[in-house]
Amino acid sequence: METVKQETLLEIDNLNFSFKTQRGLVRAVRDLSITIKKGETLTLVGESGCGKSVTAHAINQLNPMPPGRVDSGRILFNGIDLLQLKKGEIEKMRGTQISMIFQEPMTALNPVFTVGSQIADVFMTHQGMGKDEAMARAVELFHLVKIPAPERRIHAYPHQLSGGMRQRAMIAMALASPEPGLMIADEPTTALDVTIQAQILDLLGDLKQQIDMSILLITHDMGVVAEMADRVVVMYAGRKVEESDVNSIFNDPRHPYTLGLLNSLPSNPKYKQAKRLEAITGTVPDLLTIGDGCPFANRCAYATDICRSSFPSMSEINKDHSVWCHNHESVKREKAQ
Amino acid sequence: METDIHEEIIIADPTPLQETWFHLKKNKAAMVGLGIITIFVLMAIFAPLISPYDPNAQVIDDRKTPMFTDGYILGTDDLGRDMLSRLIYGARISMTIGVVSVGISLVFGILIGVTSAYFGGVYDKIVMRLIDIMLAFPYILLTIVIVSLLGPSLLNAMIAIGISQIPRYARVVRASVLAEKEADYVLAERALGARDTELMFLTILPNCLSPTIVQATLGVGEAILSSAGLSFLGLGAQPPTPEWGLMIASSKEFITNAWWIVTLPGIAILLAVLGFNLFGDGLRDILDPKMRN
Amino acid sequence: MVKHILKRLVLLLPTILGVVTLVFFMIALAPGDPARVMLGERANAAQIAQLRAELGLDEPLIKQYGLYLSRVVRFDLGKSITSGQQVAEEIGKLFPATIELAFMAMIFASVLGILLGVTSAIKRNTWVDYTTMGGALFGVSMPVFWLGLVLIMIFSVWLDLLPTGGRMNIRYYFTPITNFYVIDGLILLFKEGTAKYLVSAIQHLILPTIALGTIPLAIIARTTRSSMLEVLQQDYIKTARSAGIREKRVIYRYALRNALLPVITVIGIQFGLLLSGAILTETVFSWPGIGKWLYVAIGARDYPSVQGGIIFISVFFVLINLVVDILYSVVNPKIRLQ
Repeated sequence: METVKQETLLEIDNLNFSFKTQRGLVRAVRDLSITIKKGETLTLVGESGCGKSVTAHAINQLNPMPPGRVDSGRILFNGIDLLQLKKGEIEKMRGTQISMIFQEPMTALNPVFTVGSQIADVFMTHQGMGKDEAMARAVELFHLVKIPAPERRIHAYPHQLSGGMRQRAMIAMALASPEPGLMIADEPTTALDVTIQAQILDLLGDLKQQIDMSILLITHDMGVVAEMADRVVVMYAGRKVEESDVNSIFNDPRHPYTLGLLNSLPSNPKYKQAKRLEAITGTVPDLLTIGDGCPFANRCAYATDICRSSFPSMSEINKDHSVWCHNHESVKREKAQ
Repeated sequence: METDIHEEIIIADPTPLQETWFHLKKNKAAMVGLGIITIFVLMAIFAPLISPYDPNAQVIDDRKTPMFTDGYILGTDDLGRDMLSRLIYGARISMTIGVVSVGISLVFGILIGVTSAYFGGVYDKIVMRLIDIMLAFPYILLTIVIVSLLGPSLLNAMIAIGISQIPRYARVVRASVLAEKEADYVLAERALGARDTELMFLTILPNCLSPTIVQATLGVGEAILSSAGLSFLGLGAQPPTPEWGLMIASSKEFITNAWWIVTLPGIAILLAVLGFNLFGDGLRDILDPKMRN
Repeated sequence: MVKHILKRLVLLLPTILGVVTLVFFMIALAPGDPARVMLGERANAAQIAQLRAELGLDEPLIKQYGLYLSRVVRFDLGKSITSGQQVAEEIGKLFPATIELAFMAMIFASVLGILLGVTSAIKRNTWVDYTTMGGALFGVSMPVFWLGLVLIMIFSVWLDLLPTGGRMNIRYYFTPITNFYVIDGLILLFKEGTAKYLVSAIQHLILPTIALGTIPLAIIARTTRSSMLEVLQQDYIKTARSAGIREKRVIYRYALRNALLPVITVIGIQFGLLLSGAILTETVFSWPGIGKWLYVAIGARDYPSVQGGIIFISVFFVLINLVVDILYSVVNPKIRLQ
């Protein structure tokens, strides 16, 4: 890993986000703090429903509000608290400095407009370009994301493109900003074939080299993490449970849940041999009835009484690696055996 | 917490009816609709008991009495008949129209829908082609044509409305039977040697009733509207029947000096139809799984 | 695309044939004898028999049907029993009045309906939404002819603002040019420099338009709302927002364009239904169109006119559905580019 610039781009500070539902208040994100430095790729890992997408959407305020609500916390982007911005100001932020790509390229592009006109619209909105210039820039972007025959493809409707092409077009759209600072990629490869997945990840990696931007990559796939990440945050049931650089996560995981994620990775024989945790047993707790204890306690092989009553405070393994687990020492010990 | 768990256990296995009712109770609009329907049904049943006058008794001296005077709460019409009594008896007629015409379309619609979906093949093709042709006629026009052929009368209006609505029921039923007929429980019954009629009407049909019930509820409102229209054109109820549409038709020249005679029957129609629409919309939200939240 | 349209047209033929057949046999098998209706109560049996022979009514039914079909193909719908005029000609003369009214009602219903539907969807679960949707529910529950009468009562009788019926101030001794009075009014505005015909035509249109347009308005508003709500939840709306597209543009371009697809179908169906709904409205407003004419023909048992009128309206209804279908595939790139 090359040296990463140490300047902070995004800082999520103690975010609490909840949804008001008919059955009660769902606390989707709890006491979450995340920092992304300039030029860095941070992956947010967890099962679906763990709050990783809610966190991502909280950044550029795409969660439906109501029923969604920020209970507390700050989201600082280049030092500006995004949560304090007015509606028009956040609209300006989206697509200029913070852009986003989504999981389903099938549904994430508007079916009644050509892909080119959708990308051109972003240029026209933020940079006051005319239609022709914007289309020309869109063609350039298609070159950049390696879509073959861009002059022709630009006039295609989404349904005329393959899944991989669509995801490339999505990425092109996210790059249509004047100064891309942060790209949020919400499960960008989940819906794609394995071979296409690798191509898209390669493309994202290449682009990050070419353009000086940070990526917040959301995934449930540890394989994607290994491929892309500089640093990793593992989330479970709305909480951050472990954070570290990418090497430590794979070589020295300290949270039982992280261990479980790694064990369920087929390409990782090393962890196949670990005890008890081949698949994570049990189910994710109901966020409505969740208490103040560790949310993973009911599925955790290492759980003790204290786990059910209080959420652990941070334990620092080293300056790049922290874990929120009462029993992380026993995890380490057992692994060492 | 404890009590919550208990409740879960008690309602663990509700019948479909109980479940529908449970959701329905929470839908305010549907409950208002049900309330309106109940009031009109009660009015229809107890019309002789609650109406203050004979609906057809003419008091020549009291013609066009405005509302709230001389014991006529809603005034009298151009022939001195008590409006309130006529409106109450009108509920009897409109509810009958709703039930009879929807009954006709339900019976034939179900029969056609179930058999054509169940047997398929040429029979299905022919039947559906006929249904398509019927649907090629605008619904109101079809009703008018049928009733003008049968001759204008209230009964014929009901028959005409019933016939015109058959295609919709046939389609709705056919679609849901098609979706159900290959289900495991049907195959199991068939393997046990059930006859075609048993399979069609006892095994499959009960599982296809939800969309039909929704359609029927909304259909009652539409039947009331259509019959009012037919009576307005002179093709439905004949004087002196206190049918709401006819009441409007026969008093339209009095809009200049006795507005209530025209207005009140219209409001009665509006309320009755509104009741069935509210209730039907509520039912659809609950019974149609796609719509249910 | 052209192939698609041609295919749809060919598929229409059996439906139209079915419509003509059904109408023919329904009327032919109906109780009552056209010859007796034409000659009146006092005619003797010999006179009736003679007329029956003239009209071809003594032929076998299947032959009558064949004859009728061969004439319908040539747009010959027979002669009216009451007026002696060619039915097709009468329809041709009256049709502009109906179309003008139906068209106005549809514009009124579509524009207002879409606007209300979109507003309702954006302001979901606020008083704006509740009021609009409550109003829409009242709209579909209302008898059209009653609404017409109430409108006349309020705006013509009480407020004396608008005429009670007809298409043009009778004191103007107006001779129609195209039979579309709004267009005629415009022509006269340029030719004779007087706006009075145009103004009168529009004044006469207002109340019938509202009466006829209310049900479609309500249905369009409800459809637009639910379609819009569904579209607003789609991923591509999130994409547009994440790219910083302004909210107004997201709603009126990105969302509405998609939400309108099902609305187009509904508008088409409603337009077709308006033609028959016009029977009630035209009767209330003494509007000299097909609906009122058909109503009179039914009352007079004028079989050729009833037959012709119904066939005409039904075929028109079927054609409108076809046009809507084609329009839908033009607007929807997924179908257009197949």
